[in-house]
Amino acid sequence: MSGSSGPSVGAPPAARYVGQSVARLEDPRLLTGRGRYVANLVPPGTGHVAFARSTRARARITRLDIKAAAALDGVWAVWTAADLNPDVGSLRGSLVLPGGGGPPDHLLADGDVRFVGDPVAVVVAVSPAVVADALELVEIDYEDQTPVLDFETAAENNNLVHPELGSNVSNSAEAWPTTVDEAMAGADTSVRAVITQNRQANAPMETRGLLAEWRAFDETLDVWISTQSPHETALAAARTLGLAVHQVRVHMGDVGGGFGQKVFLGREEFAVMVCARRLGRPMRWIEGRSENLTSSNHARRDRADVSLGATADGRFVAATIDHLEDNGAYSNGGNPGNGRMACVHLPGPYRIGSVGWRTATVYTNTCGRGAYRGPWQIESVARELIVDMLARRLEIDPLELRRRNVLRAEDLPHNTATGLTYDRISPAECLDQVAEMIDYDGFRATQREVRATVGASLAPGERAPGAGSLPGIGVAVYVEPSAIGFGALATEGATVRVEPDGSVNVYAGTGSHGQSLETTIAQIVADALGVHPGNVRFHQGHGTPYGFGTGGSRSAVIAGGAARAASAGVRAKLLRIAAELMEASPDDLDLGGGAVAVRGTPARRMTVAEVAQAAYMRPDALPDDISGGLEHTARFKAPPVTYSNAAHACTCEVDIATGEVRLLRYAVSEDCGAMINPMVVKGQIAGGVAQGIGGALLEEVSYDADGNPLTTTFADYLVPSAAEVPSFEFGHIVTLSDSPGGHKGTGEGGAIGSVPCVFNAVADALAPLGVRLTDGPLSPHRIRTAILEAAG
Amino acid sequence: MSTHDITVTINGAATSASVESRRSLADFLRHDVGLVGTHIGCEQGACGACTVLIGGRSVRSCIMFAVQADGAEIQTVESLAPGAEMHPLQEAFRRHQGLQCGFCTPGMLLRSLELINDNPNLTAEEAREGISSNMCRCTGYQYIVDAVLDAAAEMRAEEG
Repeated sequence: MSGSSGPSVGAPPAARYVGQSVARLEDPRLLTGRGRYVANLVPPGTGHVAFARSTRARARITRLDIKAAAALDGVWAVWTAADLNPDVGSLRGSLVLPGGGGPPDHLLADGDVRFVGDPVAVVVAVSPAVVADALELVEIDYEDQTPVLDFETAAENNNLVHPELGSNVSNSAEAWPTTVDEAMAGADTSVRAVITQNRQANAPMETRGLLAEWRAFDETLDVWISTQSPHETALAAARTLGLAVHQVRVHMGDVGGGFGQKVFLGREEFAVMVCARRLGRPMRWIEGRSENLTSSNHARRDRADVSLGATADGRFVAATIDHLEDNGAYSNGGNPGNGRMACVHLPGPYRIGSVGWRTATVYTNTCGRGAYRGPWQIESVARELIVDMLARRLEIDPLELRRRNVLRAEDLPHNTATGLTYDRISPAECLDQVAEMIDYDGFRATQREVRATVGASLAPGERAPGAGSLPGIGVAVYVEPSAIGFGALATEGATVRVEPDGSVNVYAGTGSHGQSLETTIAQIVADALGVHPGNVRFHQGHGTPYGFGTGGSRSAVIAGGAARAASAGVRAKLLRIAAELMEASPDDLDLGGGAVAVRGTPARRMTVAEVAQAAYMRPDALPDDISGGLEHTARFKAPPVTYSNAAHACTCEVDIATGEVRLLRYAVSEDCGAMINPMVVKGQIAGGVAQGIGGALLEEVSYDADGNPLTTTFADYLVPSAAEVPSFEFGHIVTLSDSPGGHKGTGEGGAIGSVPCVFNAVADALAPLGVRLTDGPLSPHRIRTAILEAAG
Repeated sequence: MSTHDITVTINGAATSASVESRRSLADFLRHDVGLVGTHIGCEQGACGACTVLIGGRSVRSCIMFAVQADGAEIQTVESLAPGAEMHPLQEAFRRHQGLQCGFCTPGMLLRSLELINDNPNLTAEEAREGISSNMCRCTGYQYIVDAVLDAAAEMRAEEG
């Protein structure tokens, strides 16, 4: 680390609050309806913005008539590509991944449209009602063209989504040594499957939205926005509008979820800022739910052709993945491709001597792909499904097969065949713990009895007499690359300031949107300064040190590291000032309970408030080299990656007659290192698991044969309700990371492990019927179809 | 656009207003009355974030017109903690982390209150089924169920 925390002064802080399930500091306002969400802001004179969007997947615009809309009473502006596109610079995000190659930037569709939802015109009006009326008056005529909808054939399709790019393949990469094919050919057994994952939507409960105001004679753009990254918002807004970053003030209130969707700005958000600048008034856009489900971003549409070779006794010798992902028309943030990331993580927590991979990203005339909680998770889906298929082939129990291959403490550090180095992980321990928690052996025994009674009388399509459900158990293990730290992601900054009255403010470059950073960062700072977390106020957005924001399971490690470094600097200063004032050595001071005391002489003490008051108001009483004040800014540079790991296990019943899946129990054993707040960790995992359950069983964005979205409401796009989600049980293995505090990220893992875990449980239930499941979601229809196909 | 004069009781206070025919109850509460605790998650009547109680019954205020509420007794999330103390249900949500981003929370609280009022002795299964009307994307629901049961127990004890 490079945190400039200054010289070490006094004893290290005691962990009084870190590690405790401190009640969340953000809760009282959120529970009482006093949350500060962006939709609450409607200053006088606000213009309401809406977008006329393409109703065609692919078409040339033959006529675009905005006259009637513009003439409507209360309409302030109607603008098209011709008006706005020349005004804007690059729309790409600041994080440019290798092998990029997105489509050309343009704010509004120009001449043609490339997916249903493509914004064609922007309308600004005096009220939401008038803007809705005006949208109806924007007339667009199209000449339809054949859309590219099937991502599996897009690469070979001469019909191009973006003709100017010359190919439907946006990027590709591979590392497939010939030795892999030899190892696979030499394996006693190998299994292969083509797994396709259903297209999913982040679907945060709060849609995207912002209020932007250009202050003309101040030459300043104020932006209040629902975001995961206020600094990315400022950088991108400045680039797009041709401003200096200090002309953009990004304010962040409460954010109603994001799950990856709100890291980068979308075209609509840029357009609202452009409107604000042109009109010189506050501009408000709150995305509608149908817009969010069809035009913000989609995710997870992957195909993995995966193979796994093993010895007769089940030792993995080779694995390959040929991966393809659907990028849609325009990727969110301008960076297509999670494929490389997915492929290099294929080995997961297993010893596999030889691995080959290939990946390609293709454009289609659909909503663009964006990040969604564990964007690379197809690696876990592909690997954990093929492991279970191999287990069935070898007639070895899937848990036992995993135990034979999982990395153990003595294997670490471990270099994967794909060039990763794992250390400080505990997949074998988590696997054992989760098997115990779910009573794996007990379930298997019961399952054998049920299978004997149900399985004996099964006819295709018929409910077995007496019992129509088959029980199944699934396991999934993975290693999660949390807190990835390169380029723009590598560092976070924080400023900690003790005010003259002893109250504490901390300013971070994060974008907490449900992750509880207001509490967990306060816990870290409180321990360092010997105060109560309730005495620490947490701030994000304008005025904070640059940071990439919250996403990628990064805040605990990287922002936590920054807060730790900044508060250590303040602590050192506080102790030196107190020592000077009390004529003691800093090494003899104890800091805690809001006071500094001379060890062994409790009567000699000063409150933190008294020391702070002196720091600001009595500069002459301070040590000569301290100029006053009680504040420190530090940056933390993260290691390239901090691996966390987990094992999931769940049990289910599958109704053979209806294809309905009922989850019975769900257990997770997680190693996220030292937990800052165990309650928050549980919440992060539970929420991720629920999303994965949705991804495995329910959620599927779908289009018709013409490219019209069919899932435009929450009545069509099925996010799990409480009725579909079981209770969770959690176990923890603690292996400290090498970051200060020993933390690891845990925001995404729940959503990564749960999809293959549920898939495997369902496949296990149906194994006696010879059913093979490779495509999600496992809807009743898909399961019934698979049962009937297996029955011939 | 025609307007209508309505009189409603909101959190115990009589309120008269003139509303456009197409004004939704949710927009009326948020933008005309200034009670922004009622959140709008979908405007399709599907997610439940905008849930309020009318005569003690949960209603999706995004798909009800304000004019339809004329004469009604409306309870919003702001009613739960009129003073400095939070409602036992709110305290239980906090203890169990029945919320993360907080966006579904107002609707979830009011639906939970209706469930407890209907059946102070509700089981975990009934609580889970009962809140399945309301979507939450963050918590995975279990801690909401735990909070509802805990609050119900506490409210039973308070009733004596």
